[in-house]
Amino acid sequence: MLFGETIRISLASIRSNLFRALLTMLGIVIGVGAVITMVALGTGAQRQIDDQMAAMGGNILSIQSSAWFSRGVARNQQTLTTDDALALSTGMQHVTAVVPEINSRFQVKYGNRNLNVSVIGTTPNYPDVHRFNFAHGGMFTAADDAARKRVVVLGAELPGMLDADPAALIGRSIQVRSIKFEIIGVLEAKGGSGWRNPDDDIWIPLSTAQFRVTGDEFVQTISAQVADTSSTEMAMLEIERILRREHGVLPGKDNDFAIMDRRQFAQSRQEATEVFSYLLAGIAGVSLVVGGIGIMNIMLVTVTERTREIGVRKALGATRGNILLQFLVESTILCLLGGLIGLALGATVSALLAHYAGWQTVVTANSAFTAFGFSAAVGMVFGIWPAKRAASLDPIEALRHE
Amino acid sequence: MSNTPQPVIRLERLQRRYVMGGSHIDALQCVDLDVQENEYLAIMGQSGSGKSTLMNIIGCLDRPTEGEYWLNNERVSTMDDRQLARIRNREIGFVFQTFNLLPRMSALANVEVPLVYSGKKRKERHELAGAALDTVGLSDRMTHRPSEMSGGQRQRVAIARALVTNPSILLADEPTGNLDSSTGEEIMSLFDRLKNQGNTLIVVTHEKHIADRANRIVRLSDGNVISDEHTSEAR
Repeated sequence: MLFGETIRISLASIRSNLFRALLTMLGIVIGVGAVITMVALGTGAQRQIDDQMAAMGGNILSIQSSAWFSRGVARNQQTLTTDDALALSTGMQHVTAVVPEINSRFQVKYGNRNLNVSVIGTTPNYPDVHRFNFAHGGMFTAADDAARKRVVVLGAELPGMLDADPAALIGRSIQVRSIKFEIIGVLEAKGGSGWRNPDDDIWIPLSTAQFRVTGDEFVQTISAQVADTSSTEMAMLEIERILRREHGVLPGKDNDFAIMDRRQFAQSRQEATEVFSYLLAGIAGVSLVVGGIGIMNIMLVTVTERTREIGVRKALGATRGNILLQFLVESTILCLLGGLIGLALGATVSALLAHYAGWQTVVTANSAFTAFGFSAAVGMVFGIWPAKRAASLDPIEALRHE
Repeated sequence: MSNTPQPVIRLERLQRRYVMGGSHIDALQCVDLDVQENEYLAIMGQSGSGKSTLMNIIGCLDRPTEGEYWLNNERVSTMDDRQLARIRNREIGFVFQTFNLLPRMSALANVEVPLVYSGKKRKERHELAGAALDTVGLSDRMTHRPSEMSGGQRQRVAIARALVTNPSILLADEPTGNLDSSTGEEIMSLFDRLKNQGNTLIVVTHEKHIADRANRIVRLSDGNVISDEHTSEAR
């Protein structure tokens, strides 16, 4: 029999019972819609991480003090100093910039506002390495640092927190730990990556922090920028060699510092997101299977309802194969239509989520094809049993059916 | 038998046994029957006489338990489902008591159904189905659905559907059973005309006046042929 004719018969049958067909499809519609939305959310989250990684530029290695053991007792002790940073910034082949950070929380007072913020004492190259831009004013200079000047750069959130106009803040004074500082720059917002929001920070020169605010020589973090990602390993070895020498760590002893690869960190986050989005899509897939069972149920009812028609068709020369194909095509068309509507639904929900919840969502052609193909497969798998029942009906019995 | 033409249908010691649980029922005990081309045969019998079983076997909807069935020199009794479907499609035209038209389709589409299964192209289907409806005098009702037609018109659509593949035999099961007498008369005269056009007809009925219009009446009782008589020539 002509395949086109089979499709025509199936469409006519679906049309004759349109409302029921729509209800039957609902399971598939919701299933496909959920899969599309979940995958869109997952892809969006991944795209966001990719963007962050691209914004990082070259790779950044983050060096921090680590727990070290003294007579079997772990000690969380500061081990990194400004001298280490100095040693690293001279004579390194694979590292293009070194940025030390003295990081502590202090009370900051402006007018009648009193805030507790993270104060970072750092070098003038901080915004270049960490990719910050200025909204107003600019960064302090090496000369400011050397002179231990009391100048401060505010993160993008600060003007809001201080209830002040960002542009008007330049040149005004602000108190950090009761010490007067002059505001020389306000940053553009960069957005949080993970649990910390860098837009809440304020920056002061490293020497100023060391000699006027904290009063010690320790730094919490040293960032080392690696221009070429492929030389990350080499850079790590280089840093390890220099710091072991600086700290006088004996051969065979453990490092008293830790080097973290930010790119690697981002990659593991990406993997976690990926797993999570697969999990969500899997859960959504379950509803697709439930929808398939709904299809099977209705197809069984349809076969019973149309027993007489099946008998007539067989008497007029339809083979088992003809009848099987007819019902299989009908359930597949039902699922494909459901998949199509579900695709539209999923794309709409994704767009709404992006618009109202502000989540990044990406509907890819790949996920659309997968969900669509999967719904067709559901139609065939769950259609096969009802179709087989229809095909194996005895024509004499079927013709007698009321 | 050597000088006579080959019969369209040849049944030899046909038996059909239904097994139910431990016991069995012989719906057909031992039936021998030849039907020649252009014969107009009526099969009569009480309910339970085996006439429905015989019709199902002749119509290739069922297979005999024992015995042989030859249709146009093809041995039908040993065919598989697929081959039987082909025979039903090409060689048999069914006319049912309850018409059995497909309700959602137009008259033309209903007549086209057997042609769909024989793989004819759309254009050819239209032409053949249109011609068949013309034969039964319904060329002006092609786009009507069964629900928009009278009982007599529906049965004529069914007859057109049976004729459209140009089958070897036209098999009618109580074709007037659901019709009033004047409409029944209409259908029977259509059968007379079809017989005169050279068709082979087998009508199963329990009504004497319907059977009387045939050239030959076969009576069944308890699964056996109890009489086989040729009536006077067709009127």
